[in-house]
Amino acid sequence: MSIFSYSFVQNAMIAGILISLCSALLGVTLVLKRYSMIGDGLSHVAFGAMAIAAVLGFAPMAVTLPVTIAAAVILLGITDNSKIKGDAAIAMISVGALAVGYLLLNLFSPSANVSSDVCSSLFGSSSILTLTKGDVIICTVLAAAVILVFVFLYHRIFSVTFDEAFANATGTNAKAYNMLIAVITAIVIVLAMNLVGALLISALIIFPALSAMRIFKSFTSVIISAAVISVVCAVGGIFASVLLKTPVGSTIVAANIIVFAVFTVISKIKSR
Amino acid sequence: MALIECKNVSLGYEGKPVVSHLDFTVNQGDYLCIIGENGSGKTTLMKALLGQKNLLNGSIEFGDGLKQSDIGYLPQQTPVQKDFPASVKEIVYSGCLNSLGKRPFYSSKQKEKAKSVMEKLGIIDLSTCCYRELSGGQQQRVLLARALCASKKLLVLDEPVAGLDPRITQNLYHLIRHINEDGLTIIMVSHDIQAAADYASHILHVSRTPLFFGAKNDYLKSDVFREFGGGVK
Ligand SMILES: Nc1ncnc2c1ncn2[C@@H]1O[C@H](COP(=O)(O)OP(=O)(O)OP(=O)(O)O)[C@@H](O)[C@H]1O
Ligand SMILES: [Mg+2]
Repeated sequence: MSIFSYSFVQNAMIAGILISLCSALLGVTLVLKRYSMIGDGLSHVAFGAMAIAAVLGFAPMAVTLPVTIAAAVILLGITDNSKIKGDAAIAMISVGALAVGYLLLNLFSPSANVSSDVCSSLFGSSSILTLTKGDVIICTVLAAAVILVFVFLYHRIFSVTFDEAFANATGTNAKAYNMLIAVITAIVIVLAMNLVGALLISALIIFPALSAMRIFKSFTSVIISAAVISVVCAVGGIFASVLLKTPVGSTIVAANIIVFAVFTVISKIKSR
Repeated sequence: MALIECKNVSLGYEGKPVVSHLDFTVNQGDYLCIIGENGSGKTTLMKALLGQKNLLNGSIEFGDGLKQSDIGYLPQQTPVQKDFPASVKEIVYSGCLNSLGKRPFYSSKQKEKAKSVMEKLGIIDLSTCCYRELSGGQQQRVLLARALCASKKLLVLDEPVAGLDPRITQNLYHLIRHINEDGLTIIMVSHDIQAAADYASHILHVSRTPLFFGAKNDYLKSDVFREFGGGVK
């Protein structure tokens, strides 16, 4: 009997494919715009927000989504303002959120087993396999929205990513698109927290893009191959984790690392 | 009305003026060359024309229905990241973005235009090549093609020939003249006073204050020209 016949595996697969697809699409833009650190910072903010939700007894998404989006807007404002050292500010917000989140959970947590709660929200140990039907629906709607935005604004996103000055000069509002990218990043991060946990989200965003950029040389081919790599790694990772009883998040990331290593070797051989 | 009218314009950064008291007009079909030494504020002026906010004083007005999205722009240097994956075609197409309106994808008409521009500039064979693997001169022509796709009324060029060999440089100047003769208005920054004298219809010579603005033939008779361009014919 196939493991797919379990509904929790089906739910995990659907959510996993959608989330990994979104994160890969976004990842290429984030890496090329040098926004990877913003993504990393936001994932920590999302963890802090989740801690607040747990303490207050709210549904996690109801808190994490607005807080992370607000943080994205603020972080982008900081990096765009060259007067403030952007990387230091991001690091500050990101470790600050992490520390406050952990502190809150320790002080006020309703649950008896704080450290395993923390561990699962940081590393997403098994939460993807416990998704309810409702979680999957929210996930599908948000992911579909992200993918649609991406497809319809594809050429504009390319232009703003490749050369912001030119885009601005010829009448594209680069600032608005940067803002949009930051908001989408926040949404994807909140979604991806279910899949791999807060600490491992960056891997999901960065690895497929970097692997694809090893070999492919046009924007379109990089985006498409990053999406394929990401989905394959997510499906393979979920499979492997169910069979081998390993944590889902780190298994998916391990799959991404392997693909990255293979692609690096291939590009070295090709360039010889 | 003129295409662009600059009245008593002062430009600068953070309140510190770089160039002040600029007064000039650009009419439909003009070929204006802006010359001046390094740091005299030419790029700053280009950016102001392109609507980036460094205007301290005065006004820049667009006439004849000129819109921001009618302008093509070739930046002085585009520090594209070493590892950016983009094909020549993708970059040239992105010049058509400003005529996209609300549509999400390029129409076949826009793709045709991009192709014909690439043919004109002799880069059609490179169209699937990776931009970062081209030579500096080839890259410059790709960016010029992108700028041409974007320009409907005005083409703004900031030192388009920097780093090009003499043959390609002459090619490019001829090409820009043809484009101008086809009806596009040109504003070009250049250090090449000889070329400006050969091709332009108007000259703006800037220093901290404008030294000269007027028709080319008057410029060639002016003191400014004798002082700065003394070496050439
Ligand atoms: N972003 C900036 N912030 C502050 N000052 C600037 C900025 N950009 C340029 N400047 C200053 O403005 C002055 C004019 O610069 P600009 O780039 O317009 O010169 P340019 O005439 O284009 O020179 P070049 O021939 O070298 O291209 C310079 O003194 C420069 O230091
Ligand atoms: Mg300059």
